[in-house]
Amino acid sequence: MRRERTPAPLLVPAALAVAFLVLPLAGLLVRTPWSQLGTLLTAPGVGQALRLSVVSATLATLVSVVLGVPLAWVLARSRARGRAVLRALVTVPLVLPPVVGGVALFLVLGRQGIVGSWLAETTGITIPFTTAAVVIAETFVAMPFLVISVEGALRGADVRFEDAAATLGADRWTTFRRVTLPLVAPGVAAGAVLCWARALGEFGATITFAGNFPGTTQTMPLAVYLALQRDPQAAIVLSLVLLVVSVATLLLLRDRWLGRGAAA
Amino acid sequence: MRSGRILAGLATLAVVVAGCGGGDDDAAASTAAASASGPTGTVTVFAAASLTDVFTDLGQRLEEEHDGLTVQFNFAGSSALATQLTQGAPADVFASANGTQMAVVTDAGLAEGEPAVFTANVLQIAVPAGNPAGVTGLADFGREDLTVAVCAPDVPCGAASADVFAAAGVTPRPDTLEEDVRAALTKVELGEVDAALVYTTDVVAAGDAVEGIAVPEAEDAVNDYPLCTLAAAPNPEGARAFVDLVRSEEGQQALGAAGFRAP
Repeated sequence: MRRERTPAPLLVPAALAVAFLVLPLAGLLVRTPWSQLGTLLTAPGVGQALRLSVVSATLATLVSVVLGVPLAWVLARSRARGRAVLRALVTVPLVLPPVVGGVALFLVLGRQGIVGSWLAETTGITIPFTTAAVVIAETFVAMPFLVISVEGALRGADVRFEDAAATLGADRWTTFRRVTLPLVAPGVAAGAVLCWARALGEFGATITFAGNFPGTTQTMPLAVYLALQRDPQAAIVLSLVLLVVSVATLLLLRDRWLGRGAAA
Repeated sequence: MRSGRILAGLATLAVVVAGCGGGDDDAAASTAAASASGPTGTVTVFAAASLTDVFTDLGQRLEEEHDGLTVQFNFAGSSALATQLTQGAPADVFASANGTQMAVVTDAGLAEGEPAVFTANVLQIAVPAGNPAGVTGLADFGREDLTVAVCAPDVPCGAASADVFAAAGVTPRPDTLEEDVRAALTKVELGEVDAALVYTTDVVAAGDAVEGIAVPEAEDAVNDYPLCTLAAAPNPEGARAFVDLVRSEEGQQALGAAGFRAP
């Protein structure tokens, strides 16, 4: 990639954008009660909520990759009609208030829901108020980020490589696996990171569909919200933990995945 | 809540403008006129959010009774209201959802006389219409096979719930600790939990989707609602008229219909 000096007209808005995005974080840092940090961090439940957050966000990302990449391919490459409508439909969770998303999940997967009631009758399994419900809520809200980003990468990828593979006798599945997927890997990685970050911070759909119970469904954002009702200082510390964990993870992954993509 | 604050701000502005415009003679004249025909002007009432429906209704009745009287409300959480009052927000009447926040106002010397408890709210078990799980009382909250919701201990209804469970000697096994009482009620309305512990007034407001089951043990954790007129009330006469209406037979009936109970 070519490195250039930033054109002057871009400098001021870019600096404003940085200030706008970073100052609230700085505010959080300034208000952090550093002297009580130890006590607040070792409070029971903090580690538990953090672990649950990371595990469920990771699972939600895995599900999103497995289901979302094929969907992105369909949106970008298939010649099926109604793709525009389909694209609009699958990105609805992006604009839906998450709490409404949670209620919608109840209506489908709740024990009174269309699928959920059948599931409860035939297998005795109910989904709400379980860790599975947390993963489902997070996947619902976060998968569109992955789909949009992979679809963009697919549209940007050079089709001639795929054509060449086909000419050389590769079937369509092999072409997808050996040519298309490596080509859009940076896009998949970027989408997965976005998806993971969104899942980690998910609040509305989770507290509605999965409820809030320590150890089972109480993720960090839920713990932060409840701490805010009782002890704003503790809430700031909890937010800070979530922030540090997410930034550290994203930096680590960036070096590992995106480093290669950025160099290519 | 935000619009309530804006209304209160407008009310304040109106009072200030009226105060600036009128000379001494005008003020004396309007007082004379007011004493002849009852209260006029604007009454500003700061009231707990749970009183929204009942107080709005009572305010309209008072306006119909007295020509030239306007009742303005600022509905919000009691603690937010108490903070606004101690920070100097001008109001005529304060109605709190608990004694703690009223004490904040009386301790600051802002109340006129002693606050009076005018109504009360108690916790009740809310179950989906038809009570599919056959819930009969608090003991069912300890059952493993039921899905139940209670408020998180961090929020006021959760603190009250903890008292009630302690009084009943029941160890609840909730599946979810809800962030506020309305969220708990939503899960009952959707039929996703078998029972939740909420306020009686919430059960009444939810209508047919929800049934209430009275809890004898809740009598140990009754939420008293006190109200007072404020010492610095811009419209003391209007304030008294509103308080009188709330405490009258008519006011108590309206509160009763909404699920509140006599103090």
